[in-house]
Amino acid sequence: MNELLIKLSECIEFGKINMASPYPPQMKGQEGADEITRRALEEGVPPQDILSNGLMPGMERIGVKFRENKVFVPQVLMSAKAMSTAMLHLKPHFLSGAAKQKGTFIIGTVLGDLHDIGKNLVGMMVEGNGYKVIDLGTDVGSEKFIESVRQNPEAVVGLSALLTTTMVNMEKITREIKEAMPGTLVTIGGAPVNNDFCSKIGADNYSPDPQGVVEYLNSKIS
Amino acid sequence: MSKLLNEINKGRVLVSDGAWGTFLQQKGLKPSECPEEWNISRAADVFDIAKSYVDAGADMIETNSFGGNYFKLKNYGFEGRVFEINKAAAEISRKAAGADRFVLGSVGPTGKLLMMEEVTEAELYEAFKAQSIALEAGGADAIVIETMTDLEEARIAVKAAKENTGCEVFCTMTFDKIIGGEYRTMMGISPTEMTETLAEAGAAVIGANCGNGIADMIGIVKEIRLANATIPILIHANAGMPHYCDGETTFPESPDDMAGNVREIAEAGANIIGGCCGTTPGHICKVREVVKSL
Repeated sequence: MNELLIKLSECIEFGKINMASPYPPQMKGQEGADEITRRALEEGVPPQDILSNGLMPGMERIGVKFRENKVFVPQVLMSAKAMSTAMLHLKPHFLSGAAKQKGTFIIGTVLGDLHDIGKNLVGMMVEGNGYKVIDLGTDVGSEKFIESVRQNPEAVVGLSALLTTTMVNMEKITREIKEAMPGTLVTIGGAPVNNDFCSKIGADNYSPDPQGVVEYLNSKIS
Repeated sequence: MSKLLNEINKGRVLVSDGAWGTFLQQKGLKPSECPEEWNISRAADVFDIAKSYVDAGADMIETNSFGGNYFKLKNYGFEGRVFEINKAAAEISRKAAGADRFVLGSVGPTGKLLMMEEVTEAELYEAFKAQSIALEAGGADAIVIETMTDLEEARIAVKAAKENTGCEVFCTMTFDKIIGGEYRTMMGISPTEMTETLAEAGAAVIGANCGNGIADMIGIVKEIRLANATIPILIHANAGMPHYCDGETTFPESPDDMAGNVREIAEAGANIIGGCCGTTPGHICKVREVVKSL
């Protein structure tokens, strides 16, 4: 495989944004995701290859390490930053159709809940694994989710909540999404949520970590 | 305030209070409402909570100001009311505590990540400074910075409270047990790392809050004690992870479950023991009984 893409996947895995970034210390002074993605495009590497063989393997490795508690939120955020930097170069190719994302994921923190760290982490991981992500923000009610599903009928919906008081809103939102758009898949996550809760409220999947969401989407979409 | 530390230095284990957030919900707080605004519009209900913990036998009570920083209040359009809301929070708890018990002014995280450049260090410092000053103005004896996961945010909060008030500053972080059996915050900080940094920043008392039930707190206290032989340790344990049934969430650990771990936590080195999410005056009452027998 292209040497550049192997390097790019390492930049994503270890959160190397660009040459100027001091993080991670062991990659100081080296090219980052920014420079390598640009160079790969200049050298004619197809954008689809950059996504599939550069960004995605790197995101997958950091996602697995996060799940295994080998890294924590800061490392994942740095990886996500590196990934977003690379994505800026790829965006025009998605728009032109030269590269295709695997599917669409709609995510939001549910009504009454303003916490966004977990929601953002999942959104970034899913995007880095080749999906188009529509982030509806925090404090999102059924109507906004439904409107977004109407515009993207194939999309899977992700609901996030941090609080024991707002997790209960997931039940109503899940039910109303499924009433309005039957067949829509809903995956849930957040500190107080678990599998038992997921089945009680009629959601389709619960993931305790972002990589689980990616794997769920891969099993349903690709 | 050093009166509180004196008590600890005498070897007494002190009892703190239990949950506020889950208690407010029982009194009708809706998920979209700002809990801290109740200090103004529902002061009598907030007072009831404070008073119930005093009656349960707590030596100290917190204030209804966990989300009273500029950034959290801004979500509700109340960012211009930081002083008013936090001062009222401390006044309510002061009134309930009377002269003999201590008031800990609660300060929670901002929800903004330094490393994602959502906020600067200077902005964090200003937010914690303003909140701490208001809590002191309302009569808080100490500032308790809690539920922290990012060590840098915790350190800035400790410094801001320490440098701008006459209060003692306490700081507790929230740890999870990871796959290898060690304890880390969401941001990867261990109890040992916390202890070194916060003691140096000037925290008089450090510890852990929330988490996943009281049993895990034993290991956390042991690790802190190993890292620092003398610093007083505060534990505010939750009543486990919530269960959901028919639209209601309940917490699994009963007052007796909690009380059953108190002796071991105290023996591990904890100096102040209280509750977090899901604990009630009933829990604190039981903790008091055990502490009395130590």
